[in-house]
Amino acid sequence: MPTLNEYLMVSGLLFAIGFAGVLMRRNIIIIFMCLEMMLSAANLTLVAFWRFGGGNGMPADGYEAQVLVFFVIAVAAAEVAVGLAIIVALFRARCTVHVEDLNSMKG
Amino acid sequence: MTTAFIILLLPLLAATTILLVTRTRPDVSAYVSVISAAVCFLLTIVLLGDNGSVGSFAWLNVGGLELKIALEITGLTKGMILVVTLVGLLVHIFSLGYMKDDAGKARYFAGLSLFMFSMTGIVLADNFAMMFIFWELVGVSSYLLIGHWFRKNSAAEASKKAFLVNRIGDFGFMAGILLLWGATGEISFSGLGQALDRETFDSTLLNWAMVCIFCGAVGKSAQVPLHVWLPDAMEGPTPVSALIHAATMVAAGVFMLAKVTFLIAAAPVAASVIQHVGALTALVAALMATQQSDIKKILAYSTLSQLGYMVMAVGFSGFVYSGEVIGVSASNAGFFHLYTHAFFKALLFLGAGAVIYACHHEQDIWKMGGLLRLMPVTAITFLIGTAALAGLPPLSGFWSKDAVMAAAQNNTLLLVVGAITAFLTAFYMSRLCTIVFFGKSRSVAAREASEVPLVMRVPLIILTLGAVLAGFKFAYGWFINPAELPHPEGALPLVLSVIGVAGIVAGYVIYSGRDKDPIRVKAFARKFYIDEAYHLLVRVFQDGLAYVAKVVDQLLIDGLIVRGSARFTSGMGSLLRGLQGGNLQSHAFLFGLGVIIIIYLITITITSR
Repeated sequence: MPTLNEYLMVSGLLFAIGFAGVLMRRNIIIIFMCLEMMLSAANLTLVAFWRFGGGNGMPADGYEAQVLVFFVIAVAAAEVAVGLAIIVALFRARCTVHVEDLNSMKG
Repeated sequence: MTTAFIILLLPLLAATTILLVTRTRPDVSAYVSVISAAVCFLLTIVLLGDNGSVGSFAWLNVGGLELKIALEITGLTKGMILVVTLVGLLVHIFSLGYMKDDAGKARYFAGLSLFMFSMTGIVLADNFAMMFIFWELVGVSSYLLIGHWFRKNSAAEASKKAFLVNRIGDFGFMAGILLLWGATGEISFSGLGQALDRETFDSTLLNWAMVCIFCGAVGKSAQVPLHVWLPDAMEGPTPVSALIHAATMVAAGVFMLAKVTFLIAAAPVAASVIQHVGALTALVAALMATQQSDIKKILAYSTLSQLGYMVMAVGFSGFVYSGEVIGVSASNAGFFHLYTHAFFKALLFLGAGAVIYACHHEQDIWKMGGLLRLMPVTAITFLIGTAALAGLPPLSGFWSKDAVMAAAQNNTLLLVVGAITAFLTAFYMSRLCTIVFFGKSRSVAAREASEVPLVMRVPLIILTLGAVLAGFKFAYGWFINPAELPHPEGALPLVLSVIGVAGIVAGYVIYSGRDKDPIRVKAFARKFYIDEAYHLLVRVFQDGLAYVAKVVDQLLIDGLIVRGSARFTSGMGSLLRGLQGGNLQSHAFLFGLGVIIIIYLITITITSR
């Protein structure tokens, strides 16, 4: 039986990998996927805290955490819809999905 | 009373008519101006019967002070107004010939009329405020007329100089008027006189006020150290020099001092200043005159010197001799000299104008010569004027110079200065006449000179009559009580005449038959380097100030405030621009970094609690 710490470790690792991907990858679609991974890491944390929220290895009484997880998943789904649409529009306008080429905001 | 107002306003009307209506027609303009001057002169003769009438209307009410335009006619006024209108008329007529073909003729006559208006305003004013207004107006018209040939750089410079130097004096004048007003609450001459009779004022204040008032006279009457503008003012047309810079405007300072004799008599220290400044001017200017070679400059220095005499005499009205203030008799002597001087100096200037005109605007006396044969009328009138200026009996200058010296006879130092000046006066005038009228012609222009037209000869002849007769009682008795003139003691008149003759003989003997000046005194010829000294002074102060202003401007205003703020803004901009890299991932990195820092801080705070 894994402990809370192990779950949190995995979650942190996921988050770190996602964040590193956001920072380092050039392809905007992959960045987007990394973002999703970070959201999943957060979800995993929420679920882990629920599972061990009751004390003595017991789950918590309420379902607030799970509701929040579903909420995040729903929002992430909507975000993917909007985000991918934006990326498609961006590709049509600029013919590229590489972030270093998208620097028209440079001061 | 109406007469006086017409005399005052008619020239103004003429000036405006010329400027607004007849400007494009020079001949008509000239006649408008001459006719207004002629009518003014005729009205002056009518006015001489009037006395003491004062009509006034309020011009400005400020708090407790009411400034009035009011005319006052006293003996002094009548003498002065006669000089102004008579000499003015003659100069107008002379100008018809002298300025015949001048391009700016209409402007010139408008200027003359404006001057006549301003000058009558000074003469008729019954209070200091009105006098000050017209005092400035004569300054303006003098500026306009000196700069008549404004395309000539020296003329433009000279008019500016005259105006600026006068400003210095006028500043003092105004301060003096304000001091007097502050002390007595009066600005009208009669009111001041009454206030002085009524109560006694702090003598220090009175002395200071009079010194300040005297500053006005120093500027206008070109006394040392503000005399520098008058010789330069000779850049103007010669009739202007005769009218403004010899007979009337420069005498305004003396007139004003004579008008407030009662104040000078009450301020002995200021009176002493006035005497000494006058005497110094008389001597210094006479010395300078001996080494000039420009005919008008000689006359200009001579005018300075004679003005110095007048100022000295007026100053003696505050001189205390054996326990008594000399009072009005001394200032009468000064005014008497002003009166006679106006005639013979205007004569000399117009004569010089005729000579210059005949020699095709040649002003260097060393290029003239032998003009006695070629232009006898001018020469003879000029010689008579010279004799009057040198103080030969029985010409007018003799009587008035006598009176001036008699006023000074109890002060040995100033008496001696006056006598030396008298000798120098005769000497330089004799030098001038010997070179210009005798000997042989030294240039083509002088050889071809011929007598000037009638319109220029008539004023010369009339002024000659004035120069001869003005010193007799019938000519001045109606405005100066002969009993109130200082009486020379002992052999003073005889000594003065001998000095005059000696000066003339010396001048003739030294300069007869010469083609070059045998005496050379550089300091005199260079006017004691006073102009240079002023130049230096102005340069040191002005350049110093300019340097400070430049440093402040460049470092503080330009550097710190204007460019500094711009540099600060753009510096901050470029600093912040670095953050706006336009790179999505660097933004995300910073964002993440920020979050990590915040989490770290929160953790620290929580664990340390």
